[in-house]
Amino acid sequence: MPSIQELESIASQVRRDIVRMVHAVQSGHPGGSLGCADYLTALYFEIMNHQPDNFTQEAKDEDVFILSNGHISPLFYSVLARSGYFPVSELATFRKLNSRLQGHPTTHDHLEGVRIASGSLGQGLSVATGIALAKKMDNDKAYVYVNMGDGELQEGQNWEAIMFAAHKKLNNIIATIDFNRQQIDGSVEDIMGFFELRSKFEAFGWNVLEMNGNNMSEIIACNKEAKALNSDRPCVILMKTEMGYGVDFMMGSHEWHGIPPNDEQLARALNQLPETLGDY
Amino acid sequence: MQTIEILGNNDTRSGFGAGLLEIGKQNSQVVALCADLTGSLKMDAFKKEFPERFFQIGIAEANMMGVAAGLATAGKIPFTGTFANFSTGRVYDQIRQSIAYSDKNVKICASHAGLTLGEDGATHQILEDLGMMKMLPGMVVINPCDYNQTKAATIAIGNYVGPCYLRFGRPKVPIFTPDNQVFEIGKALTIFEGADVSIFCTGHLVWKSIQAAQALAERGISAEVINIHTIKPLDSEAILNSARKTRCVVTAEEHMYNGGLGDSICQLLSRNMPLPVEMVGVNDTFGESGTPDQLMAKYGLDVKDVVAAAERAIARKN
Repeated sequence: MPSIQELESIASQVRRDIVRMVHAVQSGHPGGSLGCADYLTALYFEIMNHQPDNFTQEAKDEDVFILSNGHISPLFYSVLARSGYFPVSELATFRKLNSRLQGHPTTHDHLEGVRIASGSLGQGLSVATGIALAKKMDNDKAYVYVNMGDGELQEGQNWEAIMFAAHKKLNNIIATIDFNRQQIDGSVEDIMGFFELRSKFEAFGWNVLEMNGNNMSEIIACNKEAKALNSDRPCVILMKTEMGYGVDFMMGSHEWHGIPPNDEQLARALNQLPETLGDY
Repeated sequence: MQTIEILGNNDTRSGFGAGLLEIGKQNSQVVALCADLTGSLKMDAFKKEFPERFFQIGIAEANMMGVAAGLATAGKIPFTGTFANFSTGRVYDQIRQSIAYSDKNVKICASHAGLTLGEDGATHQILEDLGMMKMLPGMVVINPCDYNQTKAATIAIGNYVGPCYLRFGRPKVPIFTPDNQVFEIGKALTIFEGADVSIFCTGHLVWKSIQAAQALAERGISAEVINIHTIKPLDSEAILNSARKTRCVVTAEEHMYNGGLGDSICQLLSRNMPLPVEMVGVNDTFGESGTPDQLMAKYGLDVKDVVAAAERAIARKN
């Protein structure tokens, strides 16, 4: 079981992977990827019970993670590779022709670790709910994790799934909302200010926790709390993150949602992110 | 000309309900989802027999498609049930990304397709669904013709691994295919052999094409009638073999020209064997309220329309 320090060190390498991947093809989404890097690192290296070396779609008795906001694929791919789903060297193919690492995740090319295509927003929670339902039917005690963007909650399908998961008492779902308050066109508050999220989820019959998604200790503690709730409700964690976290000039702005760093910016970013596991 | 015996009269959706119950008995991984139309889709028997495998999703079709994709991921074989309009156009992107592109073993079962939905009118009478579904890579698209064939097709898609779209309808129509048939996906069924014209038909238009062939026979015209229950994958070999013999073609379906069976056959023929084709279908218009029979007559999907199309096709032969 890795220590907090070890997890932080892995997250640093994951962030290096993200900026290097996006820089290499001059396309992709660094902002949200960096913001969620601590959470996904914690999930894949500490929180989830999963089998990277024996990947199956069905995931019997294994925890499952569904990425609904598929545009943070650089992060997803880095964490999958670093935790052993596929060779780290394959990260170099991100977004290139004939790669399994498509711009947005897909099962189409049989990339280990991916169970659903995502990118068109608002669909992941429904899928996670279906998996959670199947686990209940099969008396499988594992959890289903799903991450969504805060802007993504503007998609109505999410609220259908939120209703359904509570109605079916799917307490094996632990959802996270990447609450960075930014989306492509600006701040979520300006575009569709749906705060306050806690009361909305509570009204729909969910348990709501909050954590700082850029604090490893808090992530671990909050996830322990989520699993210890002993309730028949699904759980959502409002995960406050900073878009671009870990690279000073990318932080706190929606500007870096979907643009790549240039050579000079890459060098500045890498200077702030220690190479801990070896670059791909 | 061989006579086709009418074995009974029932709606194709009841065939789906019976097939769902049967495949549910055969395979415990089969689950069913419905968006508040359990009675209309004839899913009651499955629900009663397997309450723990039936999921009421409510009026939330987008979520239903995603939940089905999740159930399939975990190894279940989900059958979704709602009207054809809400099974396709309403949820096209959910099907595209979470089911088709994600290679999920989901069976999208769609009732009340086409004009024969009747009095509810154009909001519910989808005539574009075959086109939308056949455009999705990897999607199997099936449109059976009667109760027995719909039941057999439902069982067949449950045994096939991959995403499928099964389209059926609301009104009671003659049953004329055997009750013990084994449904082979992608295999066209020749009903009459003929020499003068090939009539390729699907769904409710199969019975009308049979009647049309009988009327044509009285005028001395020998029509070959082939039931194309599977729109995709298309039985190209059967179609080309028939067209090679008759040298002219009629297509007949309860769907738009655009995107339907006729569209698929025109593509096939234009690439391989350009021949005169006359299409029976709806020409780029919405439907309206009326009885099924009135609508089929008004929109040109009746026996006389198939007869007229056959005569036009024959007249265009060199």
